[in-house]
Amino acid sequence: MSLDRLIAYSLRGYFVLALIFIFVPIGISFVFSFSPHRFPTLPLGDVSTIWYEAILNEAPVSRAFGHSVTAGVIVALVSTFIGFAAAYTDYRYRFFGKSFYLALALLPPTIPVLILGLTMLMYLSRVSLVGELYSVIFAHVVFCIPFAMALIRLRLAQMDPDLESAAWNLGANSWRAMRGVILPFTLPSIVAALFLTMAVSFDEFMIAFFVGGVTETLPVRVLMLMQGQVSPRINAIGSVVFTISMTLVILTQILLLTRRPGARRIAAEGA
Amino acid sequence: MAGVAASQPAHAGAKRSAWKVDSYALFWGLPLALWQAMFFVAPLVFLIVMTFWSVKDFRLEPAFDTGNWVGMFSKGYVIDTYFRTLGYGALAAAVCSILAFPASFALAFKASPAVQRIGLFLLITPFFTSYLVRVYSWQTVLSDNGLLNAAFGYVGLGPFDMLNTLFGTLVGYLTLTLPLVVLLQFFSMSNVDRNLIEAAHNLDCGRIRTVFQVIIPSAKIGLILAATFAFILCFGDLVSPSSLGGSKPPTLSILIVDTVKQGNHWPRAAVVAVVMVLTLIVIAFTALYFAYSTKSTKKVRA
Repeated sequence: MSLDRLIAYSLRGYFVLALIFIFVPIGISFVFSFSPHRFPTLPLGDVSTIWYEAILNEAPVSRAFGHSVTAGVIVALVSTFIGFAAAYTDYRYRFFGKSFYLALALLPPTIPVLILGLTMLMYLSRVSLVGELYSVIFAHVVFCIPFAMALIRLRLAQMDPDLESAAWNLGANSWRAMRGVILPFTLPSIVAALFLTMAVSFDEFMIAFFVGGVTETLPVRVLMLMQGQVSPRINAIGSVVFTISMTLVILTQILLLTRRPGARRIAAEGA
Repeated sequence: MAGVAASQPAHAGAKRSAWKVDSYALFWGLPLALWQAMFFVAPLVFLIVMTFWSVKDFRLEPAFDTGNWVGMFSKGYVIDTYFRTLGYGALAAAVCSILAFPASFALAFKASPAVQRIGLFLLITPFFTSYLVRVYSWQTVLSDNGLLNAAFGYVGLGPFDMLNTLFGTLVGYLTLTLPLVVLLQFFSMSNVDRNLIEAAHNLDCGRIRTVFQVIIPSAKIGLILAATFAFILCFGDLVSPSSLGGSKPPTLSILIVDTVKQGNHWPRAAVVAVVMVLTLIVIAFTALYFAYSTKSTKKVRA
């Protein structure tokens, strides 16, 4: 019996160790973003916000931040719409070439981002669509669709297939049934997909680096800073982005939790 | 997209004329097909075409030149780099799977539902932090006068070479893959039938034997998929081998970047890219074959 407890405790301890490995780089970046020294030293010493002031006053950083936000919002909207449409098509229809269709929907993230970036740069530069923010958006949508599609498809899989047909039998046409049954039921996954695709786009630097050219997004700016000498501004940028992302994640969680009764009511009405 | 137009409802409740052009079906079916055809399939096709183009005076010229393929495959260091990258990917997948296993096991079997929820939230958090920033952090931890060597110095050890070594690359690979692999392993193990474990216990099957003969075979699909994801991510990663591994010796990703930078040789870079994609396809399908083959589950039942 005590051996069982010993094993349980050591396994839990191991899990905490794994978490420490995962959070050490995040924590260090956060802590040293407040250190005035260029090279991280222990003990920490003074607290300072000079690196935050540095990034605030640096035009390339704020411009890159603006590009990332714009691209992130547009990519989230477009890829979530296409992902929803593809998930619904997979859910409702059978057709010739469906496995090829699904491969198109799900394959992009299995190809290394370096190769996707290189490939898209070669192609987009042939048709003169390279070096602009829309180039980044085109490419990021390709990369983000699978995440949106997977989330929404999982939600559709939980839906009773008779719900939609029940709506048809009650006289609703396809569009009406979509608005009255499918959309409300999948809403939580749509919100989650919007957020996830925005986060993926916001964080992606390799494709953006290749196709964006001089139109830098924030992670591309970080990549450029990393090529130079040690710069704690990277820590400051990372901490700001982390705080924004986590605030959005938590807000989404709260939003989804408070919305749940409505979703349940629809499920109950259907049952 | 005649395929979508000729769509048939998938479930029984929907009885509609299947072969007329259905604008509703097209509205939902076409966006993906169009977008991915334009911005995913066309670039990939063009990548293959590009491998046959030639470069004259740093300028690309359309041609049908198999010289790029022959040239890349006849260079000893390219072949070496190929197998090195395969080895790195396999090593990362193995190390990550082994290191992740006790953690996901603990979360699946030794944690209350409340702790599980917190654990999952913490494991998802890294996906919302920048991989680049985390790698930069590791640079400051692992460098010769970095935090870890400073800590070793306090107790009179070191300094150790950690940055620009295979160890550094592996730390980067684990940063990239560990949270995902723990999550995937956890989901596959939390689906293992508890009755099986109970039965093994009642039949006096030892703890270790239960893990290897009951839990691992039952969770096989998820475990193999997790390792495959780790392989895919590390095989194509550029940041860890260059920023933490010091680019020496190079991986295929570093080779691609160097080929483009030195001499602007896009077609040769395209050759490497095509070979990488083909390799990943072969690996992914092999892994799927092993994941879904039923041999070992039969052995458990017997």
